[in-house]
Amino acid sequence: MNPHLQPTGSAYFIAKETQVPERHTLSVLVDNEPGVLARVIGLFSGRGYNIESLTVSETEHEKHLSRITIVTSGTSHVLEQIKHQLERIVPVHGVVDLTVRAGELGQERPLERELALVKVAGTGDNRVEALRLADAFRASVIDANTEHFIFEITGKGSKVDQFIAIMRPLGLVEICRTGVAAMNRGPESM
Amino acid sequence: MSNGQNERREMSGAEIVVQALIDNGVKHLFGYPGGAVLPIYDELFQQDEIEHILVRHEQGAGHAAEGYARSTGKAGVMLVTSGPGATNAVTALQDALMDSIPLVCLTGQVPTTLIGSDAFQECDTVGITRPCTKHNWLVKDPNDLAATIHEAFHVATTGRPGPVVVDIPKDVQFAKGTYVPPQIAPRMSYQPKVQGDLEKIKAAVALMASAKKPILYTGGGVVNAGPEASHLLRELVDLTGFPITSTLMGLGAYPASGRNWLGMLGMHGSYEANMAMHDCDVMVCIGARFDDRITGRLDAFAPNSKKIHVDIDASSINKNVRVDLGIIGDCGLVLEDMVRLWRATAKADKKALYPWWEQIARWRARDSFAYKQNPDVIMPQYAIQRLYELTKDRDTYITTEVGQHQMWAAQLYGFEKPNRWMTSGGLGTMGYGLPAALGVQIAHRDALVVDIAGDASVQMTMQEMSAAVQYEAPIKIFILNNQYMGMVRQWQQLLHGNRLSHSYTEAMPDFVKLAEAYGGHGIRCDKPDDLDDAINEMISVKKPVLFDCRVANLANCFPMIPSGKAHNEMLLPDEATDEAVANAIDAKGRELV
Repeated sequence: MNPHLQPTGSAYFIAKETQVPERHTLSVLVDNEPGVLARVIGLFSGRGYNIESLTVSETEHEKHLSRITIVTSGTSHVLEQIKHQLERIVPVHGVVDLTVRAGELGQERPLERELALVKVAGTGDNRVEALRLADAFRASVIDANTEHFIFEITGKGSKVDQFIAIMRPLGLVEICRTGVAAMNRGPESM
Repeated sequence: MSNGQNERREMSGAEIVVQALIDNGVKHLFGYPGGAVLPIYDELFQQDEIEHILVRHEQGAGHAAEGYARSTGKAGVMLVTSGPGATNAVTALQDALMDSIPLVCLTGQVPTTLIGSDAFQECDTVGITRPCTKHNWLVKDPNDLAATIHEAFHVATTGRPGPVVVDIPKDVQFAKGTYVPPQIAPRMSYQPKVQGDLEKIKAAVALMASAKKPILYTGGGVVNAGPEASHLLRELVDLTGFPITSTLMGLGAYPASGRNWLGMLGMHGSYEANMAMHDCDVMVCIGARFDDRITGRLDAFAPNSKKIHVDIDASSINKNVRVDLGIIGDCGLVLEDMVRLWRATAKADKKALYPWWEQIARWRARDSFAYKQNPDVIMPQYAIQRLYELTKDRDTYITTEVGQHQMWAAQLYGFEKPNRWMTSGGLGTMGYGLPAALGVQIAHRDALVVDIAGDASVQMTMQEMSAAVQYEAPIKIFILNNQYMGMVRQWQQLLHGNRLSHSYTEAMPDFVKLAEAYGGHGIRCDKPDDLDDAINEMISVKKPVLFDCRVANLANCFPMIPSGKAHNEMLLPDEATDEAVANAIDAKGRELV
């Protein structure tokens, strides 16, 4: 029964992981209480899991519930462990692997959006070009004077990446990105 | 509990703590005072419902509480001060986490106004203990204190049991708050699943009924599920006729005298248990977690078997070993369903298992725990066997430290009942056994409590002899003294060319004088012929005893699955020549632990 087995490491036998890691987005609903984020992050660092992106905010104030969105990568075996380990944490109400859920719903992937603030400084042609490209990306100007813009851009991570790459030669001086906010399509809630 | 008098009463935080402990059924508390818990100690002074056991080191309080918990099935409770009090408790907390022992640890904390100021004896207790507890709390409002302590007991004792910490700042202990009695109002996010999925249990029973070479592999989860679970396990074994083996933590759930018992499995388990695991066609794992000491080389673990895994913790299933049927639930409840369904649907064809039992008999005949007897020197295995023979008919509880002596005890001491065997399995904490024995003795005043110890381990928590003397707890510390850290030396022989780096104790205390210095009783024995009398003396003395049993210095613990090897590649005692030992582990295996 073991040919498909991928040992993660044992005192007897350290195997090379041959399965390909996948990138998954998890939604974790937690009681908004002190230390809950530390518990989640500590689990990832303590057990050697990856965090590619992390977004946390209170979503239901009356019920003191927060939603943590984590983008992680691992083999399917590791991803299953991550989900179960998260569910063991006492203030965790539930964990949904949005990527798996999207598959079950016949969708390619969950909806994922990021927001970034991008500060570009410069004058002359670069400044004009930056503004023109921002318009093409539907980034909005939220602060400006004669020597800089701050653009606000939302979209998939890849779109934000692309926008930042384009702004780089045009006088990019500062970037701030939120992590990923994610949800599955359709009428059902998590 | 809620007799009106305690209902919603105004009290100081310290009074709330004591009342909450009483209302949670606490009779004994292991602790050590200090500045940040003085108000609670003041309350303890003014009541007589809870007996406080003053240990000599907070680690001792933790292991004592673990021994208490493991031998009673109730939560063990400890109380320590802030800073060093809390950090000294960490080893015991992690130990309880790995072995799923319900342990409630109350820690004092500097006043809320000083938190974060690097105050005297301040540490970030909830930060430090977060990864080594099931859950922890810092209570900043006296009005939350009672409910938090009640919740702490609930979390520690339900689901997969484990340690919890409640950190209580000193000003909260003085401040007035409202006491609320325990209520059955668990938080929404914590709902352990205890009832197994019936369809899966049906499938499991069908798979078991089809097996030609089945094996039951059980663990500490069965002990944690209570005596009824052990009873049901015995019933299941009788009904099915299956052979049964157990992990270190599960010993006693099925009696060692039972006909279907194969002995412990794993790194130092019996040949028949490991070979049967390797060759089985259906493996039924109940309340064990496929720990690396058990599985050996994972890619060669029971290669032709279908595996059923029953565990209360969903994260245990498919963690190390992929199974065919995972059943999440309390072992006792799942066993109940299994027994009922087996009776209703499956006919045990015990004849079909004959060839399997014949094969097992051939492995058993290999007599893998055999050792060469010596007329002049006490062999450590012989010491355990004599201890067993002379204590088995009494109300005996055994604890151990960690190392060779622990493995010999697990191999050769036969446990007939659950909750009689207290050992540090997951964490492997040297120094566990002596304070654990104290905890067991406090819970079972008239029982015979023996710590099977090693000379190195026992010195790590020796100070608790003083506590044992103070509380007239006549624990028996049976030290297999070979002057080595035997298991360290064994691994140096296996892996490091017999270079015995710092594994020999050049200066050993005189354990007999040491016992007397503590106010206990010391015994020394170095002749096999004197051993029985010396053990009987140990049993009859109504005082804590340090028994210095001088054993063969260079004996090693076999059989053994060397690192990087599978169950069917055991090193057996009669094959373990110096050369075989030196070459047992290849270069790749040396990296492993």
